[in-house]
Amino acid sequence: MQQFLNVTLGGLAQGAIYAAFALALVLIWRATRIINFAQGAMAMFTTYLALVLIESGQSYWTGFAVALAGGLVLGALVERVVMRPVEGGPELNAVIVTLGLFVALQALAAILFGATFQSFPAPFGLRGFTVGGTTIAFTPFSVFVIGSVVVVMLGLVALFRFTDLGLRMRASAFSQEVARLLGVRVGRMLTLGWAFAAVVGSLAGLLIAGGNLVHPAYMDAVIVYGFVAAVLGGLESPAGAVAGGLIIGLALSYVSGYLGSELVTLAALAILVAVLLVRPHGLFSRVAERRV
Amino acid sequence: MAEAELEVRALTARYGAVTALDTVSLRARPGEITAVLGANGAGKTTLLRAVSGLVRGSDGSVLLGGRELAGAPAERIARAGVAHVPEGRGVITELTVEENLRLGELLGTTRRKRRRVHRLDGVYEMFPALGQRRRREANSLSGGERQMLVIGRALLSEPEVLLLDEPSLGLAPRVVAQIFTLIRELVDREGLTVLLVEQNARSALSIADTGFVLNLGRVVANDSAAALAADAELRHSYLGF
Repeated sequence: MQQFLNVTLGGLAQGAIYAAFALALVLIWRATRIINFAQGAMAMFTTYLALVLIESGQSYWTGFAVALAGGLVLGALVERVVMRPVEGGPELNAVIVTLGLFVALQALAAILFGATFQSFPAPFGLRGFTVGGTTIAFTPFSVFVIGSVVVVMLGLVALFRFTDLGLRMRASAFSQEVARLLGVRVGRMLTLGWAFAAVVGSLAGLLIAGGNLVHPAYMDAVIVYGFVAAVLGGLESPAGAVAGGLIIGLALSYVSGYLGSELVTLAALAILVAVLLVRPHGLFSRVAERRV
Repeated sequence: MAEAELEVRALTARYGAVTALDTVSLRARPGEITAVLGANGAGKTTLLRAVSGLVRGSDGSVLLGGRELAGAPAERIARAGVAHVPEGRGVITELTVEENLRLGELLGTTRRKRRRVHRLDGVYEMFPALGQRRRREANSLSGGERQMLVIGRALLSEPEVLLLDEPSLGLAPRVVAQIFTLIRELVDREGLTVLLVEQNARSALSIADTGFVLNLGRVVANDSAAALAADAELRHSYLGF
């Protein structure tokens, strides 16, 4: 029973991170029909920015804020400079460009920050809370992880639901042509979409790194889990991405806790294949029902 | 009052090797409905898409109150006061009715030099069916309600020029009559400039002031609506009634 509790709590915290990462993928997919395979590398890069600042004596929070701001700038830059020339062309071109960017950023990080493992600090304790005399696998840092993901998600919901900017961004995502006829600067909305997505991705990068080791490829596994979570949620829906992230986090945690941690990647792949076979439009998609 | 004349001079547009518009020139005056008629494939929709900037790379001139719009991106042309209501596909179905209308209103507020005439409440008054469904996804609307939605949204953007592409498409005759009457009233009251593209030539000419007939991308006739409607040969050759 105690192990079940531990595994569940650990899964929720991991799932929150996958949810954030999946959300970043979904934001870009919805607006541009591009899977941003460079999302993990971008997050890795901004996390290294935070690490450089923290090691130079700045506080964790300065590094945290700079990494998120760096994500905003990096996302906008990537869209404007790298993606804009291939937007509107064959989708495969854009996918190849994101893969190229992924490789380039990883190589650049290895040159700038070194290819070795470095430890990344956590702002809160990593020792589990004690409940009734036993220590559970839920730490103050886990609370911070879940809390910050929830805050970012509520922020995005508020942006998209209640602001004029959010309405313009959604209009651009759903119908570029109609949005342009209504005076919406669709290009600017795409840039902002990439920027916001990169902030959410950067948050996932920072949270994964907290209390762990980072190296230029440390986000690679998260890309896979985040992608599976996004597909699970149907790729279209931000709420689906969050639910998909939590499901993946829990599922992988149970596999790791009960079957063995070496099976985690395999389990993620199995889930992906199962979802694509049974519900290719995701667990929560209404489109699937309509298209039958 | 909007008092902007729309003038198209020698507009030419190509899709690959096909010339969809061949040196089309026309003029649409404020306070008038100018009908653009012709068979399927005559270039009517391309004309509107070229005016509103959705077809790029066309030659020629599009002047709004003397200001050149040709070559500008669609969003800038929209901000200049040209509201294009595209055929059938103008509703963003994933958004609610009110969100669709809000987008028109947002465009209206960016065009500050123009006095606000239309309000959300006014549109709901004009189209009570929309008011009842304001929180529903636009997906749930019928064809006639969608047409009301895109017209209401265009009005909220406070345009000088309204480009209407086949507003009668797929609608019951009663609804068509209702929408045409409404357009006529709006033009008379607000001095809008309306370019009305229609396959249903008879009903379009019944509310229009002047008309142009397109065939294979060229203007083949231009006269008052009454004169066009009275021309038996023209009706037979191009207008199908």
